[in-house]
Amino acid sequence: MPDLLQSEVLPETSDNVLDIRDLSINYGTPRGELQALRHVSMSIGKKKIVGIVGESGCGKSTLISAIIRLMASNATVQSGEILFKDQDLLGLKEKQMRALRGIDISMVFQDPMQTHNPVLTIGRQMVDIQYRDKLSKANKKKRAAGMLALVGIPDPEARLNQYPYEFSGGMRQRIAIAMALMAKPDLLIADEPTTALDATLEVQIIKRLEELQDEIGCSILFISHHLGVIAELCDEVVVMYAGEVIEQGSVRDVFHNPAHPYTAALLKCDPGHIKEKTRNLPTIPGEVPDLVDLPSGCIYQQRCTKGFARCQSERPAFRQINGSHGVACHLTETDLSKETSQQNEEGITS
Amino acid sequence: MNALLEIEDVFVSFGVRGKGLTGKRGSIDAVSGVSLNIEQGKTYGIVGESGSGKTTLAQAVTGLHHASEGSIRYRGQELRDLPEAKFRPLRSEIVMMFQDPIGSLSPRLTIRSLITEPFRIQGMKDRDLDAEASRLLKMVGLPQEFANRYPYQISGGQARRVGVARALALEPKLLIADEPTAGLDVSVQGEMLNLLARLQDELGLAIMIITHNLNVVRHITDTVGIMYLGKLVEEGPTEEVFANPQHPYTLALLAANPEPDPDAKLMRIELKGEPPSILQRPSGCEFHNRCPFVQANCHQDVPQWSNSELGGAHRCHYPQIWKNNQVV
Ligand SMILES: Nc1ncnc2c1ncn2[C@@H]1O[C@H](COP(=O)(O)OP(=O)(O)O)[C@@H](O)[C@H]1O
Ligand SMILES: [Mg+2]
Repeated sequence: MPDLLQSEVLPETSDNVLDIRDLSINYGTPRGELQALRHVSMSIGKKKIVGIVGESGCGKSTLISAIIRLMASNATVQSGEILFKDQDLLGLKEKQMRALRGIDISMVFQDPMQTHNPVLTIGRQMVDIQYRDKLSKANKKKRAAGMLALVGIPDPEARLNQYPYEFSGGMRQRIAIAMALMAKPDLLIADEPTTALDATLEVQIIKRLEELQDEIGCSILFISHHLGVIAELCDEVVVMYAGEVIEQGSVRDVFHNPAHPYTAALLKCDPGHIKEKTRNLPTIPGEVPDLVDLPSGCIYQQRCTKGFARCQSERPAFRQINGSHGVACHLTETDLSKETSQQNEEGITS
Repeated sequence: MNALLEIEDVFVSFGVRGKGLTGKRGSIDAVSGVSLNIEQGKTYGIVGESGSGKTTLAQAVTGLHHASEGSIRYRGQELRDLPEAKFRPLRSEIVMMFQDPIGSLSPRLTIRSLITEPFRIQGMKDRDLDAEASRLLKMVGLPQEFANRYPYQISGGQARRVGVARALALEPKLLIADEPTAGLDVSVQGEMLNLLARLQDELGLAIMIITHNLNVVRHITDTVGIMYLGKLVEEGPTEEVFANPQHPYTLALLAANPEPDPDAKLMRIELKGEPPSILQRPSGCEFHNRCPFVQANCHQDVPQWSNSELGGAHRCHYPQIWKNNQVV
């Protein structure tokens, strides 16, 4: 009964698997507090694939470490909540969190060796993660072999008896995906899972992820600095810059009509876009601001070619521009807005 | 006129403990019969995935590995089996650029010391190192005050510039750049490639650029060679290879960097299985077991080089097979 009562009192429970609201995280450093994430909000719907793009240091890994609650020891949460199926992960006891991790929320990292235990066979590890299932050991082994076959490992039964080092990098990453999905999680978090792999292996991983997501029906949070892969795989995309979410929306909206000058510049720089031969490739001049000593106003202003006075004094609020497409930029609040969405040429020298 | 660098049918072998049942010592060819020429002032891109032998080939050119067969000639002079004493003076002309100049060098040295170290290594004590440092920083577009900074005080993109400055300190004729943009964000990657292009124009450098990302070489190379299992499988003028790839592997690499557009018609080619081990080279065409367009005779018949009309060459029995096939 209390459950019923509660659902009447609480606002409607959302359809989202994950809701991050106003999350801010600092790292304590000898130079002072490094504000790695500032007022980050985003959500992941059921069965959706959401991509986070942003250049190195923008806070992608920090965000993930907060979701799975494996933060660096010098990290502190300044504000916000992370709702997973409507409970705040930041408020869970470590024991409760451990029960979720790897089961309801599972991870694939850039380096698959981070996932695998080097001294145990792959089969043993894949049986171990099924500890909550009441299957016989033989059946668990069978399931493990089936999963390996699903990610394209030939001769899976025999391969179960091998150790991680006996597999190639591409295979290890596919096995990591197989293991992450064994438990049929609600949310799979993949942090640059293809960055260390060759391009042709990346294609394999992306295809397997697509197939498995379809089959298992989980949501995926996919982190990458590779825009093409995000466009191919994801439904929605979140663009981060220097610790803030500066734009988010459907992949189509964001990639076709980037509203933030940074997103537009980033798209312009992608080598996949530049077909005609040039000895002068587009770049984004300038440097990312120092997160220990933040500038006032907009976080992108020093590199933005469309800035005006207000950008230096006032931080732009994140606002919806249509449907689910949102942006944090003063330009979209002024008459300039139409101009920006048509030009998409901001902040680039070429 | 001869090319600046002529590589002819080069093999680089490594001894290995035999894997199979016998446990015998055998040898593998990491580079297995590569021929290519690099002209003065031109850029040659070698593209292939990890383990394809790119770096080994580069190291054979710089004398770090011994070529077991073939010939490597620099300005007509044979480098293979050249004694170290005779190789030394060439080390200021043929220079390898560090992939990660900061990670591989002492964090306690200032940028000034890092970029002028080649003068000290070559025993050029008479040089005014401050003046050289200032010249080099200017050349790669870094502010003068960077001379006094330490590696941890600069960004990843700036670190690569330091690497370029250091490599070019001795005014080489041939620069070998191994994955010069690996790990860089796209916004910085362009800077690095623009810098190399500019320096090449200014200094008349020949550059051999090694990468696994075909898109990296598109704008700055004159010629590309596509490497698979220690052999070239396609070579040609860069624009030609991009416009008209002949070999399915080249096509797969070209398709590997998808356009950032959800509505782009994707031509992603999924290669079957894993790259085979060079311990057990496949029979026939060595790409046959991964080729999405494999035909019966590819299993036994070794494809020879054939030229295409527009200056390129390839080793495939069925060039551009995807054009007359529904498989894609
Ligand atoms: N343990 C830490 N201590 C101090 N600073 C950190 C720590 N981890 C990350 N940072 C800093 O936080 C910022 C965000 O880093 P990160 O989340 O790793 O970004 P990304 O994954 O997008 O590359 C960067 O400025 C990084 O240097
Ligand atoms: Mg990261």
